[in-house]
Amino acid sequence: MIELPLPSLGADMEKGTLLEWRVHPGDAVAKGDIVAVVDTTKAALDVESWQSGTVHELLLEPGQTVPVGTPMLTLLDPGEVAPPARSRPEAAAPQAPPTPAGIPVATAPSPATVGGAAGRATRHPVSPAARRRAAELGIDPAGLHGTGPSGAVTLKDVEASVAPPAPAADRTAAIRAAVAAAMARSKREVPHYYLTDDVPLGRATQWLQRTNLDRPIKERLLPAALYVRAVACAAVNHPAMNGLLVAGEFRPSTTVNVGMAISLRGGGVVAPAIRAAESKSLVEVMQALSDLVGRARAGRLRRNELADPTITITNLGDNSVTAVHGVIYMPQVAMIGFGTVRERPWVVDGKLVAMPVITTTLAADHRVSDGHAGARFMAEVAARLQRPEEL
Amino acid sequence: MSELTSYRDALRAAHREALQRDPRVFVMGEDIGAYGGSYAVTKGLLEEFGPTRIRDTPLSELGFVGAGIGAALGGLRPIVEIMTVNFSLLALDQLVNTAAALRHMSGGQFNVPLVVRMATGAGRQLAAQHSHSLEGWYAHVPGLRVLAPATIEDARGMLWPALEDPDPVILFEHAQLYNAEGPPVPATAVDIDHARVRRPGRDLTLITYGGMLPRTLAAAGELARDGIEAEVIDLRVLRPLDDATLCESVRRTHRALVVDEEWRSGSLAAEISARIQEQAFYDLDAPVQRLCAAEVPIPYARHLEEAALPQAATIVAAARAMLGTGGT
Repeated sequence: MIELPLPSLGADMEKGTLLEWRVHPGDAVAKGDIVAVVDTTKAALDVESWQSGTVHELLLEPGQTVPVGTPMLTLLDPGEVAPPARSRPEAAAPQAPPTPAGIPVATAPSPATVGGAAGRATRHPVSPAARRRAAELGIDPAGLHGTGPSGAVTLKDVEASVAPPAPAADRTAAIRAAVAAAMARSKREVPHYYLTDDVPLGRATQWLQRTNLDRPIKERLLPAALYVRAVACAAVNHPAMNGLLVAGEFRPSTTVNVGMAISLRGGGVVAPAIRAAESKSLVEVMQALSDLVGRARAGRLRRNELADPTITITNLGDNSVTAVHGVIYMPQVAMIGFGTVRERPWVVDGKLVAMPVITTTLAADHRVSDGHAGARFMAEVAARLQRPEEL
Repeated sequence: MSELTSYRDALRAAHREALQRDPRVFVMGEDIGAYGGSYAVTKGLLEEFGPTRIRDTPLSELGFVGAGIGAALGGLRPIVEIMTVNFSLLALDQLVNTAAALRHMSGGQFNVPLVVRMATGAGRQLAAQHSHSLEGWYAHVPGLRVLAPATIEDARGMLWPALEDPDPVILFEHAQLYNAEGPPVPATAVDIDHARVRRPGRDLTLITYGGMLPRTLAAAGELARDGIEAEVIDLRVLRPLDDATLCESVRRTHRALVVDEEWRSGSLAAEISARIQEQAFYDLDAPVQRLCAAEVPIPYARHLEEAALPQAATIVAAARAMLGTGGT
């Protein structure tokens, strides 16, 4: 028997009102099918089943308003025989596994003890460690399938949900799905604001060329390393760009872990971190960058590298686009985009010259910072790119 | 090849060492002299050290524990043996109201360097008046240090540092451990401050002490056959508790099962699980669980006694339940 609780359809959703059922007892339901329409404070939304099975019992009446996590309906697993219908959640309280005599094995609190007698209100059991990990990853653990005692969502369940151990053939699809989920949620929840700047890179380009003359091909510095350093050093002075927004509270980060959006062959994108980029040298950043790109494309990133970034850079300089307006990777609060360096007409000291110029963009979370703060941050990034020898 | 030594022999060796090293040390208790002690720990000491230092006492725990406190105040270093923790209840007034309190009540003028040893625990068909585990009651009391040697090394090494402690120390010797055998251990003191990891693991932490340690280790071995790596922590020191070692482990394994032969209500297991949730709540991946004795006076009949106590099989079952269906 599977219980489908009312999912959180947004970070600030606490309760919902059932508008209509889309299924009836006895209906076969596949994972992803719409089972109900629920009114939140913002809109009427479809609720999908995250399991396949046969509808056994509908536990709510249309018009009822219940907290997130309240069981909505029960599904029978394929082949499962229907138990007697129930009307109160107590009947579904998880039974302690049979144990030898005299051994008191406590179980997680049953819905009856948590929700009280007033109704079916219950909290989908999520372990504290799983809840914290989910917050770090910016995902809602309430809808996950739990494998712990009493069906609780465990740390492993949370981590499995973000990086499914899919075989290589499914990996591309799994990454696509993960990107889709993360980006859709960000666009749904994060009030992005965008700033754009044109930054002359004459000095930086010349400096890189001079520096690389003396370096073996494999150790040559790429402009991306300059971008990482400029962003990391600037972020130290602009804490509202660097940190995580978790459960409505912004936590600035003391280090700047710069996520690098890396596109994968076959599609999808990952953004592993260059840790503490503010205290690394340019050469160290370049090495970290090469290492991450290589391992990302080989599918060998470590899970914490994906969760670590406190700010992210997306660099589409190889693709001849002028600018990229990023989608913030929650729970981070800023994404800096770098376009293609192009020679453009540029005025220097009253004279028109051909100057390598890049368009930089900032997508930032308006819940944490305002345009003015973002503009000052971007000005510092631009200023630092004028002094490449200091990066 | 050297011969095996027993927990009992290790305790006796520790007594002999203490009696030889410090002329202020003497031993007293019921039947510890001529009879050699009800668990034969002091066998032979009367012949070796004489009746002044190996003293049989009347059957009055209140009296001879009080005499021990007086001797300690007078500058001696008494080791007082009480047959079982059940009988120590007769001496609770001396231990709690006097030994534990005197330093505080005298404003630091008088300390009581007393060592009290007693047997504890069930499993030998000695019925309810000789089989209980009441360590937690003593671990409740400020002013006492409470030790539970569970290994031959600790049986050998805890007595001397206990005698060096300026305040009263209580040693609990589980009655089922006396016959435990192992390779000889070095004649060195051990620390009496810290818990110790007896088996490292990553999937859950089994916290125990005293007589439950061997069966908890057996359970960990059984779990390992299923690929579940349980870390086993031996508390060793029941007061003050070594929270740091416990929480460090739980932060790695995210799950804790406390195995305690006491009754569950108001047990040390309760205290430990409270401390874990206070200090490592956000690292927990499952509720802290306890496996304790059934809440009955320990029965005489063997099958009932076994059913009343945590066993390796029930530890394994409880650990498996905590891991849910997700496995490891």
